Amino acid sequence: MNFTLHIWRQKGPQDEGRMVTYDARDISPDMSFLEMLDVLNQELITKGEEPIAFDSDCREGICGSCCLMINGVPHGPERGVATCQTYMRVFEDGQEIYVEPWRARAFPLVKDLIVDRSALDRIIQAGGFVSVNTGGAPDGNAVLVPKTHAERAMDAAACIGCGACVAACKNASAMLFTAAKVAHLALLPQGQPERRRRVRNMVEQMDREGFGNCTNYYECEAACPKEISVNFIAQLNREYLAACLDGSDE
Amino acid sequence: MNRLSRLVFSSVGSKYVMALTGLGLMIFVIAHMSGNLLIYFGKDALNAYAHGLMEHPVLLWSARTGLLAIFLIHLVFALRTWQENESARPIHYVHENTIQASWASRHMMLTGVVILLFVLYHLLHFTFGIFDPEHFKYVLEPKEGDVAGMVIAGFQQPLISASYILAQIFLGLHLWHGGSSWLQHLGWNGRGYDAVVNHVGAVVALSVVVGNCSIPLVILMGWIY
Repeated sequence: MNFTLHIWRQKGPQDEGRMVTYDARDISPDMSFLEMLDVLNQELITKGEEPIAFDSDCREGICGSCCLMINGVPHGPERGVATCQTYMRVFEDGQEIYVEPWRARAFPLVKDLIVDRSALDRIIQAGGFVSVNTGGAPDGNAVLVPKTHAERAMDAAACIGCGACVAACKNASAMLFTAAKVAHLALLPQGQPERRRRVRNMVEQMDREGFGNCTNYYECEAACPKEISVNFIAQLNREYLAACLDGSDE
Repeated sequence: MNRLSRLVFSSVGSKYVMALTGLGLMIFVIAHMSGNLLIYFGKDALNAYAHGLMEHPVLLWSARTGLLAIFLIHLVFALRTWQENESARPIHYVHENTIQASWASRHMMLTGVVILLFVLYHLLHFTFGIFDPEHFKYVLEPKEGDVAGMVIAGFQQPLISASYILAQIFLGLHLWHGGSSWLQHLGWNGRGYDAVVNHVGAVVALSVVVGNCSIPLVILMGWIY
């Protein structure tokens, strides 16, 4: 397969960026999008040019590193997969493909297609954890968790923190990410002691980072490689209201 | 108090403000339409309803003041969140795309501004009689103000009817998204009412557009005169 690629090139955070056009020739339909970029980079290196910088790590859809905006859709046209599991067969032969970095004020650009997503880490640091004192593990059936809660918590915990929700949102809002993190701990017994403080601190950190507001476009849910539902945002709204009305833990 | 002000002005709290004020405005739109539809029961029915409102000036002006406050809060929070959203993405994508966001959801600011302009025009037209005073004379006539007569005289002019109908379409688009969005904002999604949450906006929007547009259309056709 052959493609015409328009890729965002930018030397560094302070430099001017622009779209550069490349031809990708003889690409196997079974290559992943990242492997296609590897082939292109090898050609660039052979020609003595600077390779295209992009993030990737596990390449099996669980680390959330590979973050590319492909034709205006985070992770490309296929639903429910990350860029590393987007295969070239989902594109048409000869197609023009635009590749851009995530765009958000809270995600400053580092180089080419790489952005700094530390803002999401700082939201986690603000409350996306449970504090557990060491000691003997409780008996297996001593702590009861309703099956529906366990499954919903698992659905929320599937978030890999890639930031596709922010990239897809017309407002660059991180609401789905924060909602998933808040919801998965709020649904489980271990999350209860810090439940109120967690949601207050995480929402406030999210606001400080300069993400946009949520106006229910639901683009986040469609772009999420883990297909996390916007129902968790409804849960975040409930959790935050309850936490602000009840300040007994402050 | 500090916690409550944080609630109101945070990104999540703003949703509650927009949802509750939007709900208030939506209830007003439905009530206003229900009153207007009385014209189908005859001019006297509409006039009796209008006189009923006028006979309780304290109630009427409290309601109007409350409505104005809700309207202004909705407006100020919309502008505030819009400005924040614009600054959250200073560099736009070269290749813009939309996966599933509806046209209505993406143009709330546009439809909102059109509604604002329409409300100003509508107030100057039928409430304060500054625009087109010859229609308003029906209301000013001694003793028996003829609201129905004013409405009929106004809508017999095709341009005025057309502007009202166009405005209702914008209002319908705003309600299409907002009419469901407020339930998500208040956290009602994912609790077993998803079908209601997802469709109530469309139902309200279609009802309001059909109900409100029917009046100028029927008058233009000459079925009510």
